[in-house]
Amino acid sequence: MSVQDFEKIFQDKIDNETKIEPKDWMPDAYRKTNLRQISQHAHSEIVGMLPEGNWISRAPSLKRKAILLAKVQDEAGHGLYLYSAAETLGMSRQEMINDLHSGKAKYSSIFNYPTLTWADIGAVGWLVDGAAIMNQVMLTRTSYGPYARAMVRICKEESFHQRQGFESLLVLSRGSKEQRDMCQDAINRWWWPALMMFGPRDTESTNSDQSMKWKIKRKSNDELRQQFVDMIAEQIKILGMKLPDDKLKWNEERRHYDFGEINWDEFWQVVKGNGPCNKQRLDARRKAWEEGEWVREAAVAYAEKKKLKVAAA
Amino acid sequence: MNIAIRKFYYGDIPEEKGGGKTDAKASGHDWPLWEVFIRSKQGLDHKHAGSLHAADAQMAIENARDVYTRRMEGVSIWVVESKYITASNPDEAGELYEPAMDKIYRHPTFYELPDEVNHM
Repeated sequence: MSVQDFEKIFQDKIDNETKIEPKDWMPDAYRKTNLRQISQHAHSEIVGMLPEGNWISRAPSLKRKAILLAKVQDEAGHGLYLYSAAETLGMSRQEMINDLHSGKAKYSSIFNYPTLTWADIGAVGWLVDGAAIMNQVMLTRTSYGPYARAMVRICKEESFHQRQGFESLLVLSRGSKEQRDMCQDAINRWWWPALMMFGPRDTESTNSDQSMKWKIKRKSNDELRQQFVDMIAEQIKILGMKLPDDKLKWNEERRHYDFGEINWDEFWQVVKGNGPCNKQRLDARRKAWEEGEWVREAAVAYAEKKKLKVAAA
Repeated sequence: MNIAIRKFYYGDIPEEKGGGKTDAKASGHDWPLWEVFIRSKQGLDHKHAGSLHAADAQMAIENARDVYTRRMEGVSIWVVESKYITASNPDEAGELYEPAMDKIYRHPTFYELPDEVNHM
């Protein structure tokens, strides 16, 4: 059979909603795109632990501390599901981690923003996890089997993340003036970066067309972004807070909220490594990796020693 | 394999705008890969849950506990090193599964019985 035949069979499978599994034939570009996307998603989960981990020791109560610990542990788990899915495409974990540490691989820029106050943790849960969920729910139906299965697992756990964030802000919104101000301030700072999470506008996104045809993605960046704006614009009313956008307005004709323009210059600056915390995040990852090296080596040595003992007995 | 990864969020940043270095080469080794099977409750089969890296079987079980059973998803865990799993080849699916397709008499619905014969 020729490559064209293989490609035809492959596309037929996709069109018939048959999932692609690791040992199936797939075009190189499909493998590459999935590998890039899944590994970046994995890196995002891992780096995403850093801004929240920042507040574990300073959470205002034992309850909030336990919740935050559980959430951060979930993110580590999500990273592992995704690394495993990416590994089925033929890249080793070690290579992926090296690419993250060298700056070659990217992760979601949202995690290059700092968590300055306790209210930021609520805003991250509500807005950042909320935006991620939009993407992730779509991805539970992605065409690559291992990725779709990882996303199903992740989505089950992720809704706790968003709910705890909103509830935490709700408590602040009903608190003292200082607490309400802190809540509003966090929303002001996280709103625009959260909108940027959906990526460039459809007219600028080079990958989307092919990804749609292969059903890696099923909704465009702008569609997902609009869905998110519509959801948050309603939810914020319950908090009695304001989104920092003068142009935000219900459009009766479109049946959607209109909203203002994202600062794309800032978006690209952060992608290129010039965000507030890019360096800090990568330094923290590298430090953890390097300082953990002796542990990884010791575990291997111990496993070898045990194997020899069993063999000798 | 050396694949240039330059995209940023869910693969949506155009290549040339991503920036970043491309000179990294892999170093060091991964711990062996293990497949994890979880029994969700007594009486049910163990089912494949996913995979993880661990130095040995004991660590694989402990990691599987943390990764796959944080919300009481299991009461029993099996782990096996992935290299010991032999999988059928998808290209041979035709030869392997086709012979079963024309044997409809293996299914109970093949047999038409009078209505009076209930619940057989």
